[in-house]
Amino acid sequence: MIAFLRLLARNRLAAAGGIVLALVVALALLVPILPLQPPDVTNTADRFQRPFTEGHLLGTDHLGRDLLSRLLWGTRLSLAVGTAAAVIAAVIGSAIGIVAGYFGGRVDNVIMRGVDMLMAFPYILLALAIVAALGPGLLNALVAVAAVNIPFFARNIRGVTVGIAHKEFVDAARLAGMGHARILVQEILPNVVPVIVIAMSTTIGWMILETAGLSFLGLGSQPPQADLGSMLGEARSALITNPHTSVVPGLMIFVIVMSINLLGDGVRDALDPRLRSGALTRPQPATIVQRDTVPPAQSGDLLELRDLETQFHVGRRVFRAVNGVSLRIAAGECVGVIGESGSGKSVTALSVMGLVASPPGVITGGAVYHNGQDLIGAPYRALRRMRGDKVAYIFQDPLATLHPLMKIGDQLAEAIRVHHSVPRAELRRRAIALLKDVRIPNAEARVDDFPHQLSGGMRQRVGIAMALANEPELIIADEPTTALDVTVQAQILALLDDLRRDKGLAILFITHDFGVVAQLCDRVAVMYAGRIVEEGPTAAILDAPAHPYTKRLMECVPELGGGRRELAAIPGLPPAVDDLPAGCAFAPRCHKAQDACRAAPVDLDRAGGRAVRCLYPEAEIAGATE
Amino acid sequence: MGGYILKRLVSAIPVLLGITVIVFLIMAMIPGDPATAILGSYATPENVEKLNRDLGLDKPLVQRYFIWLGNMLTGDFGTSFSLNRPVLDEIMERFNATLVLAGTSFVLCSLLGILAGVVSAARQYGWADKGITFVVLIGISVPSFFLGMMMILLFAVNLRWLPVSGMYAIYGGGDLPDLLRHLAMPAVALAVVATGVIARLSRSAMLEVLRQDFIRTARAKGVPERGVIWRHALKAAMVSIIPVLGVQAGFVLSGAVYIEIVFQWPGVGRMLVDAILKRDVLLVQGGVVFVAACYVMFNILVDVAQSLLDPRIKT
Repeated sequence: MIAFLRLLARNRLAAAGGIVLALVVALALLVPILPLQPPDVTNTADRFQRPFTEGHLLGTDHLGRDLLSRLLWGTRLSLAVGTAAAVIAAVIGSAIGIVAGYFGGRVDNVIMRGVDMLMAFPYILLALAIVAALGPGLLNALVAVAAVNIPFFARNIRGVTVGIAHKEFVDAARLAGMGHARILVQEILPNVVPVIVIAMSTTIGWMILETAGLSFLGLGSQPPQADLGSMLGEARSALITNPHTSVVPGLMIFVIVMSINLLGDGVRDALDPRLRSGALTRPQPATIVQRDTVPPAQSGDLLELRDLETQFHVGRRVFRAVNGVSLRIAAGECVGVIGESGSGKSVTALSVMGLVASPPGVITGGAVYHNGQDLIGAPYRALRRMRGDKVAYIFQDPLATLHPLMKIGDQLAEAIRVHHSVPRAELRRRAIALLKDVRIPNAEARVDDFPHQLSGGMRQRVGIAMALANEPELIIADEPTTALDVTVQAQILALLDDLRRDKGLAILFITHDFGVVAQLCDRVAVMYAGRIVEEGPTAAILDAPAHPYTKRLMECVPELGGGRRELAAIPGLPPAVDDLPAGCAFAPRCHKAQDACRAAPVDLDRAGGRAVRCLYPEAEIAGATE
Repeated sequence: MGGYILKRLVSAIPVLLGITVIVFLIMAMIPGDPATAILGSYATPENVEKLNRDLGLDKPLVQRYFIWLGNMLTGDFGTSFSLNRPVLDEIMERFNATLVLAGTSFVLCSLLGILAGVVSAARQYGWADKGITFVVLIGISVPSFFLGMMMILLFAVNLRWLPVSGMYAIYGGGDLPDLLRHLAMPAVALAVVATGVIARLSRSAMLEVLRQDFIRTARAKGVPERGVIWRHALKAAMVSIIPVLGVQAGFVLSGAVYIEIVFQWPGVGRMLVDAILKRDVLLVQGGVVFVAACYVMFNILVDVAQSLLDPRIKT
């Protein structure tokens, strides 16, 4: 609660709204003891006095009544009526909602049908009908506004209650023999009260506005009694000659509603944890780059990552997802990057083309060279032109990564269209050809399907076709088979392998599965806690893993026919990347770890084509052949 | 698609019936003797009895409902005693005016609201976003009737750009430019609140969508940022924006009451307020049922639009 209030106070707009509202409410409460002129005493000799005249700070109205006094009394009345309407609507609506949500079944069905009917009315119309029946008058207007807001509370509170009604503590109360009434009052009600209060705080401004509206139409408060709405309504006939009589009450309504809205927004933001974490922040077109030095390229390879560092900045915490990764991919080569979840392998892959969501992602160091050109420092326009044309991506879950509302043919065509101007008919022809390339049967008909009409395997084939659209030099595949079942996985891998050989593609393949690496990759890099811990030709590493982590990781893979071997799991968890140990990150889980391992960072030792980041490797890499 | 529309039309029947029941029950709540309430306390007993017979008030409640419903289905909404003409004729004439006003407002608030929301989301925390957020906050806080009055003061009285009120000029008016000049202020005043609500919702819907995986896919394909925002993100965001447009259409339609009073617009809203003050029950009943039914039908259109946009909805 205190944390909540502090959050609310930090929101300057909400605090301003709260202060203004408190002032208005205080004034309204103090009206009877303030030295004001009587609000209803007419004095036609002094009619339509301008504001700031002697004795009348805000002037007088068409009957010579003091506007300041009428304004404050009217405010008092408007606030009281609006609040009363909100309370009535909240109490009755919540009661209906709780009953419907708790009992469920037929009771729920009948009640909610009725609520739906009421909500089928344009809102103000229903209030008008009620006032028409009851007759004009402030109390009737109050009843009407409360009544039309009951469905809103009923529906919201029902939703919350349904969630609570099946919780264990309610079941326990029921088993303990408590009656329905006691359960509703003692168990359910305390849990929904906060929701009711929030719903009320967001609607109270609206209700003040609505009762004022009905009074404005002459259907609410009747003379001489006046709330803000009827003051405005009465002033309307003198709008052109004496605008101040309209402006005064109108501005007051505006100030009240605005301060309530500001406060309500603040309350909502302070309560919505997603806003607090900044997760609702819009990702930029390219990852933010904040680096001091640019390491030079060492080779002219197709792709070279040099000491790449990518971090996530969330509040004051810094997550070092990628912590100095260097990697090379030659034309036509397939390189695997393997590691557990959270090892930084996907972030490494996304950093290449600036696709790490940012904020919170920031590339803080290193470089990525594509044929000698640095991509990290490249302006967005240059990066955009390369994306999908020279370097294409295949993502993990094809249901989430294809646009759900666009035909797959259009999505394929778009991939070509944004880079090359091609006539429409040709685009469609190419889209079909691409679908055939990835062996989707009946491609001519499938091209007009939406993603949800395809199976998971077919969707991933579309994802691959999209990556192939512009015949890129390099495809970065980020766990493309993880979301698929095993047989489909094998088909997709075989397809990728064929395409790669046919078209001379280079592939950077991100995975957590050594089986996949063995099947597809020429070389492999093992990542742990944002660093490469071992790198080398696939066959060599599979034969003789040098890093203890690699060895343990390989033992996790079940072997066909090797049923007698015990399937290993690595004990412990990877370290949190916002709190990395000083030395080797794997040391806490490593059975060979010595004090030296924990003391200082361990360097990546290169020898021949292999590299390992370990003081006590499982196998000597120097002897390994390139 | 035809099947889907038919299905939605059929499912609207119980809602329409429910609306008539609710309106009928509300009107049956009139305290005391309705005929006395209508005619005033000086009415002669004969007149009261005659009015009761005319209104069918001597029959039981349920029977009265079905008579009323049956008459409405044959197009007979009864006769307004205050205007002395068939209720339906009056409604149709007035509804045209309301439709011009509310329709224009609805188009305005949809276009402007979505535009503001998308720009705001695309420039999150930039000056455009802050400006839009501020204007929107003012927009949703200002009572439409007060805004209308202030617009009259500024644009009609001080600047003399636009006519003060009415739908057509009394002399020499009646053509489209004349209508547009009269329509400008009321349509804008009516649209402001809904524009604000739609802008807010569009902004958050866009921010929600922009974090989705398929947006990353679009970027990875090399789609320019403009295309990412306006084609990919907006299309997906429309799925949550369209239902809000449906709700806001209801607010615009019924909010027209205030605007019609302020601008002397000859629509259904002003007719209803007059009818309420004159206790013309049949006119109120008929007007409310008619407008509510139109709104239900409009919401079917909204559902159809939604199903056209989103192929995942089973048609």
